Amino acid sequence: MKRSSLWILGTLCLFAATSVNAQQTVKIGLIMPYSGQFADTATQMDNGVKLYVKEHGDTVAGKKLEFIRKDVGGIAPDVAKRLAQELVVRDKVDILGGFVLTPNAIAAGAVSEEAKKFMVVMNAATSIITLKSPYMVRTSLTLPQIADTLGNWAVKKDGIKKCYTMVSDYGPGHDVEKAFTAAFKAAGGEIVGSVSFPVKNPDFSAFVQRAKDVNPGCIMVFVPGGTQPAAFGKALAERGISPKTTKILGTGEITSEKALEAMGDAALGIITAWHFDYAGTSQANREFTKTYMAEYKRNPDFFSAGGYDGMHVIYEALKKTGGKTDAAALVAAAKGMKWESPRGPISIDPETRDIVQTVYIRRVEKKGDELVNVVFDKVENVKDPVKARMKK
Amino acid sequence: MAGAAPEGVTPHQYLENQTRWRRVEIAFWLATLLPFVVTPTYLSLASQIAITALFALSLDLILGYAGIVSLGHAAFFGLGAYTAGLMSKFVWGEPLTGLVAAAAIAGLVGFATSFIIARFRHLALIMITLGLGLLLHEAANSASWLTGGADGLQGVDIWPLLGAFKFDLYGRTAYAYSLVVLALMFLVARRLIHSPFGLALRGIRENAVRMSAIGAPNRSHVRKVYTISAVIAGIAGALLAQTTETVSLEVLSFERSADVLVILILGGAGRLYGGILGAIIYMVARDQFSGINPQFWYFWIGLLLVAVVMLLPNGILGGLARFAERWQGGRR
Repeated sequence: MKRSSLWILGTLCLFAATSVNAQQTVKIGLIMPYSGQFADTATQMDNGVKLYVKEHGDTVAGKKLEFIRKDVGGIAPDVAKRLAQELVVRDKVDILGGFVLTPNAIAAGAVSEEAKKFMVVMNAATSIITLKSPYMVRTSLTLPQIADTLGNWAVKKDGIKKCYTMVSDYGPGHDVEKAFTAAFKAAGGEIVGSVSFPVKNPDFSAFVQRAKDVNPGCIMVFVPGGTQPAAFGKALAERGISPKTTKILGTGEITSEKALEAMGDAALGIITAWHFDYAGTSQANREFTKTYMAEYKRNPDFFSAGGYDGMHVIYEALKKTGGKTDAAALVAAAKGMKWESPRGPISIDPETRDIVQTVYIRRVEKKGDELVNVVFDKVENVKDPVKARMKK
Repeated sequence: MAGAAPEGVTPHQYLENQTRWRRVEIAFWLATLLPFVVTPTYLSLASQIAITALFALSLDLILGYAGIVSLGHAAFFGLGAYTAGLMSKFVWGEPLTGLVAAAAIAGLVGFATSFIIARFRHLALIMITLGLGLLLHEAANSASWLTGGADGLQGVDIWPLLGAFKFDLYGRTAYAYSLVVLALMFLVARRLIHSPFGLALRGIRENAVRMSAIGAPNRSHVRKVYTISAVIAGIAGALLAQTTETVSLEVLSFERSADVLVILILGGAGRLYGGILGAIIYMVARDQFSGINPQFWYFWIGLLLVAVVMLLPNGILGGLARFAERWQGGRR
């Protein structure tokens, strides 16, 4: 035992390296799930961050940027909060960034508020996150923003009258179902049935059959990315539901690049609402995809876009404050900021500090050998509907 | 796993010898105060290490002493965490009463399930504890109106400890609080396993059939220790919820059950300090490796585990004990 306590003492002394706080740097602490099952999302987001820094240099308003990256390892708000605390008290960071997962972003939000640090959420998509700290902005999306737009669009633009909803039984799934259902009904549509299934559900046949029995003419589906979309596509094909006869609606996850690869032709005709796709046709989008591909040998996704735009907010806010890192000044600088992102024109809502952006309506089509999301309609300047409703 | 009593020592003396406080133990507990002065910016990590150590201690009571293998111990940790979180949301944020409530709920569920646990041994236990853990996890996921589901519980607000000490950014209060609770629970566990009851537990671990043959009520012993272990695990969960003011589904996850098992085996099961030492080494290594390389640090953790298991089959503490024995033997 004596040896072990000596060992502990020794290591603790070693690790007690004092952090040097130079005047001419701005320290940015990034908290992401670099390891574990969400590691790929963190890689894509971090690539977006790195690409922006590479294109714009690592000096802003005369200050050099210094990044400290911390791995949160998955959904772990207790770890995220601890890392945020440590970044603030030990590494003396000026800005917190990253955040793929909602619980982690919420936990770190408390630190941002208490320590008065500017915080940029680059993905986590639950509406309430930005309420957790007055120094927080978000550059990704909120799921209701997408689902609400989709529900409204389906009735008003596409003339769908009846729809059946199928979602994964967890937070984001419930969010999508709620937002879609509310908007769909408000626009005059009718939800003829709904089902939710376990998050890690391997086989969707029974659920798809249940939907088919109702013959709704339209199915709205939400499943998390990964292997789920392919399993769902397979069940659709097996049960003889074709997007030609039954409209399949969803959010962008089910037709992401990887999902489409796995689903194959079963995906043709699926209609999704989303805010970014690597196949987007704007000038900025094409350039972003090209340089990203050249740098990292893969296509960017919405995580990359969130990271890239998150860095834009940090850079521009620092320029406005002349390099000052006071959280109130930075957040004031970020409010109302407007710019042309790879995903199109976006801005930070000055009231809610949340993202305002265009939601694109896309259909899966075949181009050459590749399945891609082709944009055929869009809804501009969409705010988060949940916070808009809260105000009323 | 101290061996049989040496010859010429009466059972009474043997028990007394084991209960005596050794100098290294006192040195160890004094050393736990060092982070306050030596590494004041690592206190929130130290607090989470103390909490994990307490959780590992609770597992040690059933695994190390009674031989009950559990792959679902996070169930009680999570119950404690959710009880403390919900208590602060709906009743009040006073931490100590929250801790008591969490202990009570975890103990109650532990007592109820102990009737199942006491009927089985070995592999069957792994399946049952795993199943119980998964059931509770899924229940918490579907009851999202209560638990907040995948987004985590919202609105956890903990009042200052004893009305005076706010849970600060540096984690001073958090570490002091976790450390005191750990030390108290450790005293309880230490007293427990050095009692005749603790000896009976070790008997069950070594040979359950023989224990019942000499008239020991095995099942009631197992039920008792399982309930006590659940209480301690619940307290650990409540500490985490209160010191971080967050509760998510992850507190009930299989990963947490598996992690604590790894920590205990790493440190050395059946040695009281094994869980504490395992928690310190595992979490400090994790923190340092992931700081150096956020993407691939698991590789080094894996290497550490393989090395420990291969070179020190009884955990780090087991290896140290063997080393000390040999050294003392050489001196005589």
